[in-house]
Amino acid sequence: MSDRVTVAKTYKLFIGGKFPRSESGRVYPVTDAKGGFLANAAHASRKDVRDAVAAARTAFAGWSGATAYNRGQVLYRVAEVLEGRRDQFAAEVGAAEGLSERKAGAVVDAAIDRWVWYAGWTDKLASVLGAANPVAGPYFSFTVPEPTGVVGILAPQESSLLGLVSVLAPALATGCTAVVVSSAERPLPAITLSEVLATSDVPAGVANVLTGRAAELGPWLASHADVNALDPTGAPDRAELARAAADTVKRVLPVPTGEPDWTQRPDIARLRRYLEAKTVWHPMGV
Amino acid sequence: MSAPTLPAALADATRDDASLRRFLHGLPGVDQVGVEARATALATRSIKKSSKLWAIDTAISMVDLTTLEGADTHGKVRALTAKAKRPDPDHPDTPQVAAVCVYPDLAATAVEGLTGTGIGVASVATAFPSGRSSRQVKLADVALAVESGASEVDMVIDRGAFLEGRYGAVFEEIQAVKAACGGAHLKVILETGELASYDNVRRASWLALLAGGDFIKTSTGKVSPAATLPVTHVMLQAVRDWYTATGELRGVKPAGGIRTTKDAIKYLVAVHEVAGEQWLTPQLFRFGASSLLNDLLMQRRTQHDGHYSGPDYVAVD
Amino acid sequence: MPAFDYAPAPESRDLANLKPSYRPFIGGEFVDGGGEPLKSVNPATEEVLAEVGTADANDLDAAVRAARTAFEKTWGPMPGSERAKYLFRIARLVQERSRELAVLETLDNGKPITESRDSDLPLVAAHFFYHAGWADKLDYAGYGPGPKPLGVAGQIIPWNFPLLMLAWKIAPALATGNTVVLKPAETTPLTALVFADICRQAGLPAGVVNIVPGAGDLGAKLVSHPGVDKIAFTGSTEVGKLIQREVAGTPKRLTLELGGKAANVVFDDAPLDQAVEGIVNGIFFNQGHVCCAGSRLLVQESVADELLEKLRHRISTLRLGDPLDKNTDVGAINSREQLDKIRELAESGEAEGAQRWTSPCPVPDRGFFFAPTVFSGVHQSMRIAREEIFGPVLSVLTFRTPDEAVAKANNTPYGLSAGIWSEKGSRILWMANRLRAGVVWANTFNRFDPAAPFGGYQESGFGREGGRTGLEGYLDV
Repeated sequence: MSDRVTVAKTYKLFIGGKFPRSESGRVYPVTDAKGGFLANAAHASRKDVRDAVAAARTAFAGWSGATAYNRGQVLYRVAEVLEGRRDQFAAEVGAAEGLSERKAGAVVDAAIDRWVWYAGWTDKLASVLGAANPVAGPYFSFTVPEPTGVVGILAPQESSLLGLVSVLAPALATGCTAVVVSSAERPLPAITLSEVLATSDVPAGVANVLTGRAAELGPWLASHADVNALDPTGAPDRAELARAAADTVKRVLPVPTGEPDWTQRPDIARLRRYLEAKTVWHPMGV
Repeated sequence: MSAPTLPAALADATRDDASLRRFLHGLPGVDQVGVEARATALATRSIKKSSKLWAIDTAISMVDLTTLEGADTHGKVRALTAKAKRPDPDHPDTPQVAAVCVYPDLAATAVEGLTGTGIGVASVATAFPSGRSSRQVKLADVALAVESGASEVDMVIDRGAFLEGRYGAVFEEIQAVKAACGGAHLKVILETGELASYDNVRRASWLALLAGGDFIKTSTGKVSPAATLPVTHVMLQAVRDWYTATGELRGVKPAGGIRTTKDAIKYLVAVHEVAGEQWLTPQLFRFGASSLLNDLLMQRRTQHDGHYSGPDYVAVD
Repeated sequence: MPAFDYAPAPESRDLANLKPSYRPFIGGEFVDGGGEPLKSVNPATEEVLAEVGTADANDLDAAVRAARTAFEKTWGPMPGSERAKYLFRIARLVQERSRELAVLETLDNGKPITESRDSDLPLVAAHFFYHAGWADKLDYAGYGPGPKPLGVAGQIIPWNFPLLMLAWKIAPALATGNTVVLKPAETTPLTALVFADICRQAGLPAGVVNIVPGAGDLGAKLVSHPGVDKIAFTGSTEVGKLIQREVAGTPKRLTLELGGKAANVVFDDAPLDQAVEGIVNGIFFNQGHVCCAGSRLLVQESVADELLEKLRHRISTLRLGDPLDKNTDVGAINSREQLDKIRELAESGEAEGAQRWTSPCPVPDRGFFFAPTVFSGVHQSMRIAREEIFGPVLSVLTFRTPDEAVAKANNTPYGLSAGIWSEKGSRILWMANRLRAGVVWANTFNRFDPAAPFGGYQESGFGREGGRTGLEGYLDV
């Protein structure tokens, strides 16, 4: 059996539907759980954050304006493509997290099922979180949940795929667009996930993925005036980020200390955080 | 201000600015979702074989072959007239286009190139495309077109005045232009892309018809969106309702953004089913287009030759 | 004058993959039915499309047993997230095979191909997609934590939207964890049996879905079968009442979606041209074979003449003919029986003094066809204002004031749907508040979505299909 030379994959950022290198030109080496070299990942800068937020904002009108059904279809398609690449993801997650083939496979299966769970939420949120309001007067009043806008997400540091999916999918399901900073030491599955997003009818700019350091990029996301909500999960100092977010009255997701057990079925706290309730009144009369 | 030939109710509407406003705002509203759904559904008609051939030929005969660029030259206009006369030299049975459409200072060249063909020369006027100038300048523009021999004048309405609600001013301007046209036919460009709502498209349509426009036209082609199917639906409904009220037949011209045979056929279906069969003639319906003609010619070849054609087989104009 | 004749533009019949015979689907297999086979006929041509094996009492027992076993052993214990993935697969397969199903539906039912292709099939897929997402989210449906399914659902569906009615029944039932035995209508069983094939392609465990073709007596047997926990019926009010009587006093749960005689109310400030579209859609979509059809036009007197003139012009452009032709707007009446009913009621309209106008469109000389017809000068006392015609016949009444419109609209034991046309929002909401109808459409008509509950008041039935509300019918809550 000859040792065939493989074609090594290059990992770049995912911004506006394209895969650019960091504008800073920086890269950093990524190793597997045993310290072996895997690849160089792009080392995203604050300007990449700036560009990603701009892309996310541009994409917001179209994504939030699509029907919930359409968003559900697109997200389900992502799950289909994920499933098709199961083995590739299992290999990457196994290498990143030091998991056996079987365990890595289970993680990927959970990630795919997690994604499917969120895909099925898009057209249910209004029924569950909205309401017709029984006001005391001749008015028809209703409240609808609307996506808040651009969500900045610091993905978990440990769980390179399941945790990533668990923080990204809810933002997209609500109709928001997202800028995600991946795990610093385990960034590669995030870029492979980006390849899936790029080939699954997800419009350019709806999801943007930056590989790099949460400590460096987090403050830029937290203080950015055009980011509406923040998930500080992967940040080393969440309180500091929450304070930075206060200057623009961002919606900050409360997250527990440490990393949760991502295998547990989540509740809908993330979905609620990324939604605004809009109440409308209209008189009823001839 | 009134046009004496109108039925009493309509003549009353043009008595003064206030009456005009009350009339136009008293017209039934247009539900956006409803009209767009109807336009989309009607666009699924499948026009094949003999009816497709008929539609292609009819569409060709309705084209106002247009060039309206700052960079237009006499040479460009002459090439256009040559194309208008012989759209497909390999197929001499191809119908002629209805007219050629140019800026007023090139109208004379167009007239010269089309002498004896029966193809009309339409000239834009009234400070096309923006319409932002004085009445005096606009009428001088019309005079230039008419003196050059244009058989049709495509004017633009004053959108600023319209959006300000000064309907009387818009009305009077159209009347003045109509008078200056002499024997030339007047098309009134509403610039629907700037009117913001289908309600306004309906009001502007009626305003133009009341003021004596022979055709109502969607767009200058310089603003996006230009012609769309729903907007054309509203305008076709207006000329149909006008006919019901007055017995007079007026025309509709969508312009801009109609590039393919498929699109053109969708418009013909709309004419057929919204206004009626009577409007399926170049006397009452035109396409304002430049690249559409070549696609029509290619599709015509495909229908006749039995295989797909290519751009090398049709002349550039 | 030029004539823009649309040349025939038939969709290809071959796409339907029509087979000479079809068989019941029980316990995950196609099996020979013990009942007398029926012949499914193309109502546009009166030709026999296929022979269809029917289920007898033994087959029905087997189906219910298979559903029970699946409920207890496979589907019931299965986590919702796994059930969801089966439903997502089914939704995708329906999308993939949409064209085949649409052509087959048109052949079997008589509805225009543009309707099956552009309305029915997309909605079928959407229902499965939507309900797939509920399977693992029932805790959020508003029925408390961990709501449980009912068990085996017996479902009986009509011939007017064969595959869509199947989707409205099966999707929520499966999503909530039930298994089903479904009887398609006698005259339109084919797409249900191709759906069974889709269940197989999706790998759906055996017995979760069972399709038992047959006639009315089979439906009665299903209703009274002791092994069934829930009955869902869509069909005539007459049969619905029989079913309700049969099930009364037993522990079986019941939902009914029955007939209607909806009022489409047009005010003087309506967007008139779109109101015309809504009226036309309301009564001529699907040849008027729609329980929620806008079969009574209530128009404010001051705009009646103008509206009717526009309406007649618009109706004259409707193309009646070969349902497979992509330019056909109005297809065939589903059966000779239904055609006779429509004719009888139309004749009563004339006899009772209403003025009849029929579209001058050409009518094919074979097949079951009825040209769009409008009766004006109709009063509430006439049969054509009270009885469901279920055909392309519109009855036009007038009113003077909103109160009168409400009174006339509500003056019926039915209460399925209603339409309101006005540019004034307050009036629309005021009317919607007062109309006794389960579905109210304002400035639109015949809009359906799996997320929007559908169902009637009073003798139009009870229970809702679609939305969070629709899940209730299949949960033990």
